[in-house]
Amino acid sequence: MAKVESELILPSTKVSSADYTNAAVIDIEPSESLPVPKCNGNFYKRNASDVVAIARAAFRSYKTKSVEFRRQQLKNLLRMFDENAKDMEDALKKDLGRHRQEASTLDVEYGRNEILKALMHLDEWTKPETPSKPLVNTLDKIRIYSDPYGVVLIISSWNFPINLVFTPLAGAIAGGNCVIIKPSELAEATAQLIAGLVPKYLDKECYQVYLGDATETAELLKERFDYIFFTGSTTVARIVHAAANKYLTPVTLELGGKSPVFIDKSADMEISVRRILWGKCSNAGQVCIAPDYILCTKEVQENFVSIATKVLKEWYGDDAQSSPDYCRIISDRHYNRLMNFLKDKRNIVIGGKSDAASRFIEPTILVDVNPNDPIMQEEVFGPILPIVTIENPYEAINFINAREKPLVIYVFTKKKATKDLFASNTSSGGLSINETLFHFSVDTLPFGGVGFSGMGAYHGKNSFDTFVHKKGTFDRDFATVTEKSTSFRYPPYSEIKTSFINGVMRPRKAIVPYKYIKPFLIFCLGIIFVIIVQLIYCHVSDKHFF
Amino acid sequence: MKTNAEIVATARKAFNSGRTKSLEFRERQLRNFLRLFEENTPEILKALSSDLRKSKQEAVMSETAFVVGECQTLLENFKTWARPERPSKGLVNIMDELLIYNDPYGVVLVIGAWNYPIQVTLLPVAAAIAAGNCVVIKPSELAPATAQLMADLVPKYLDNECYPVILGGPKETAELLEERFDYIFFTGSTRIGKLVHAAANKYLTPVTLELGGKSPVYLDSSADIDVAARRILWGKCLNAGQTCVAPDYLLCSKEVSEKFVEHARSILKEWYGDDVQKSPDLCRIINDNNFQRLTNLLKSSKESSKIVVGGKSDPQERFIQPTILTDVKQNDPIMQEEIFGPILPIVHVNDAQEAIKFINANEKPLALYIFSQNRNMTESILNSTSSGGVSVNDTVMHLAADTLPFGGVGSSGMGAYHGKYSFDTFVHKKSILVKDLGKLGEKLSYARYPPYSDSKLNYITRMLSARLPFSFKYVPYTIVFGLGVASAILLKIVANMYEKDKLH
Repeated sequence: MAKVESELILPSTKVSSADYTNAAVIDIEPSESLPVPKCNGNFYKRNASDVVAIARAAFRSYKTKSVEFRRQQLKNLLRMFDENAKDMEDALKKDLGRHRQEASTLDVEYGRNEILKALMHLDEWTKPETPSKPLVNTLDKIRIYSDPYGVVLIISSWNFPINLVFTPLAGAIAGGNCVIIKPSELAEATAQLIAGLVPKYLDKECYQVYLGDATETAELLKERFDYIFFTGSTTVARIVHAAANKYLTPVTLELGGKSPVFIDKSADMEISVRRILWGKCSNAGQVCIAPDYILCTKEVQENFVSIATKVLKEWYGDDAQSSPDYCRIISDRHYNRLMNFLKDKRNIVIGGKSDAASRFIEPTILVDVNPNDPIMQEEVFGPILPIVTIENPYEAINFINAREKPLVIYVFTKKKATKDLFASNTSSGGLSINETLFHFSVDTLPFGGVGFSGMGAYHGKNSFDTFVHKKGTFDRDFATVTEKSTSFRYPPYSEIKTSFINGVMRPRKAIVPYKYIKPFLIFCLGIIFVIIVQLIYCHVSDKHFF
Repeated sequence: MKTNAEIVATARKAFNSGRTKSLEFRERQLRNFLRLFEENTPEILKALSSDLRKSKQEAVMSETAFVVGECQTLLENFKTWARPERPSKGLVNIMDELLIYNDPYGVVLVIGAWNYPIQVTLLPVAAAIAAGNCVVIKPSELAPATAQLMADLVPKYLDNECYPVILGGPKETAELLEERFDYIFFTGSTRIGKLVHAAANKYLTPVTLELGGKSPVYLDSSADIDVAARRILWGKCLNAGQTCVAPDYLLCSKEVSEKFVEHARSILKEWYGDDVQKSPDLCRIINDNNFQRLTNLLKSSKESSKIVVGGKSDPQERFIQPTILTDVKQNDPIMQEEIFGPILPIVHVNDAQEAIKFINANEKPLALYIFSQNRNMTESILNSTSSGGVSVNDTVMHLAADTLPFGGVGSSGMGAYHGKYSFDTFVHKKSILVKDLGKLGEKLSYARYPPYSDSKLNYITRMLSARLPFSFKYVPYTIVFGLGVASAILLKIVANMYEKDKLH
């Protein structure tokens, strides 16, 4: 294996600001010195340490620091989506038996949109922020830079294998990082596709795809990264978090959990049932924010079941297995895990059919489920919807609060008081009232978990902020007035100096708050505008305007 | 004596009671917190003097007044900050309500450090209170007088169930970390930071780690060397160099180094007199371990580099004179670890380029200091290095500006605080989407349901495709401009009328 020069590579020998605004040319040897990926069976076998070393050398060449470079890469990524959408949908069909409409809306289009948003806002996001300043700092300049972390690792999950790779990737590229992408090996066709496409469109050194299973991922995690973005289960998250300990690498963990649904009788049942079942049946329930179980009264349960029967028939016909619109379970292991929940047939009121050969499980509803049943002990992650009956919203809240914090809580009600009750008395990654899944698509809402459902949040600007370090910068000059006005801090110390410090450090707002200065100037501009118009008018027509 | 488990369970019960969610309760606690400082500042100064021989002025500046100032900022703003945010919405969400709630995490653990025992312990505590959490407070055992004082005072002013103080050494801290917390805020060394991070693994507890690192100074020949020397030495001598953001080493050319040393000599004399040990204004080293470590560094440096200023020490008082070393090499022992004492090594570099190279070859520091009047050079150093924060032409000051996030990156830490960032550290941003169950909304999003079709797909793709949201950014400016125009015209009309009256 060729060794990549680990020595720092600087863009030029002379330091000037202009050098950093233009994309610098990387100084390492071209392709010859890069390890050539060997095709071994289905996976490209590459040494994890080589992959990371190449990315690090690329980062140190400063090329990803250039905003123009980032824009170009995002544009290329967008082109990749435009030219290969069909192939992506096909891969998703192969991995999950997913219909084109679901594949497109929930996976491909979503990822594409996030790239588009990053492109639209790139200049605005990358510009240093200028926060307001306290009175004592009137003479100083303070800014917050958004520094890229460096080499970022994105470990993705199989349930939305396109979306969950490219949504964080858009943020990481916009933030100016180099990225190692590790798609899930369980969605094999999609992983292969990503590995084939990414090098064709993106910089080969900065953005690399690494394929492999748990063993290879463990190898990868031994390397040093500057940020790790992980989507997956809580169990694997612990392994990622433990690996991050060695270099204290910050992590975002996008996990799951049992996301409850509360329905009260004020809700329009017809609409509620559709929205809940849509959230549950999309991707056959293999969604981290899928409604996991329902909490409602006995009366609502009855109503729910009768409408659900009708809705499911309308959607999938009499035989759900022959519907082209319904996904399959990703693997035999998950299929068997889900079938265990269905051993006890007593509670099944809808569905229950399955087929091991195609890993098909019919949308299934269980009623009067006991909180101690196995299905209530872990995230379902499949098309089985248990209903636990409770008496009132307070009981529901207690039920939820007695368990780990979920990724989302769904509440279906028309009552404002009930909405507020849940909003203020439960803790969860997000809360969605009268709708499922959609909060994921609102890019001005940070998406992420809390407690066992994860840490960190992304989407839209939050994705960008995830992948940058906010560097607070304080800037002062050498002027005598500055030095004189701050020299009370130097020894020898005295009572007078001390009491002066006491006074200075009391928080004080600037006399004219910074935010009013701009509007005031624009106001004056308006006045000046009129005066000028008047003068011109006088000059031209020798008459007054009015 | 209550066990850790009992203390945490009590705090959790108190949190679950919803008590700390009330804004009035938080306000009362913060007012009590301020009262603690009003009524006990002399005791606090005494404890700091006993632990570090910290002089009054330093103690006021970096501990009491600092915490009080931040706490007042919290009091003034926390109700606004706690209010749900309303993010902007796109066209698809025009009928919906978007909210971001600021949910307290629950029971928070704050582990303090000994160098600024009041500031780094109580500043995060105040913020965690403002954010609505219960807080278990663990002061550092290495500043015993201050730790004991906090354990005595806090229960007198703050709710006893919500904000317990636990004292103890490494063993007790390790035991405490076995408990389940919802957030851990740690200030200290990278080594212990790793232990805290490892303990957080069990429950995947999010952590803020405020660590240290070797914070470099680059001193350019364009800088005013006298002013620069004052500001650098002030940062270095503050708390006898036992500051996480203290300038650790100096990078400059040989000529600049000579000028710097010359100025430094006279400045130190001006500050501390001829016999530094007699000056009441210089702190002592916290304990024998650290004193030993520092004198060993001095000893080893004598062989490879030159001591040009200072060098004296006294084990009895744990006194070390502000010391400057020149001709220090990258491989010298003093360049291998954070110094955390009043010793300033100078490494010669030829230009900014070499300085950048030197800085980037090491771990990302907590702070970076650039002294230069050449704006281009400053900007290029800013753009080509990464550090927790930066002060240009001064030291430590970026920590004091509370609208700047303060925190490390890489091995200098993760997470940031001060001002609003402190509040945000201790809340989970809970996104809320509120839709109604109206028929119109249902119709508009009906296409998502099976059976699927291409026409449905096209409709959804069109609905969801990203567009630039209509920007309201310029609306206020336009209005204000219009107001300006209108008022000018109005004034003119009034003036005209007045003139006409006069003519008549």
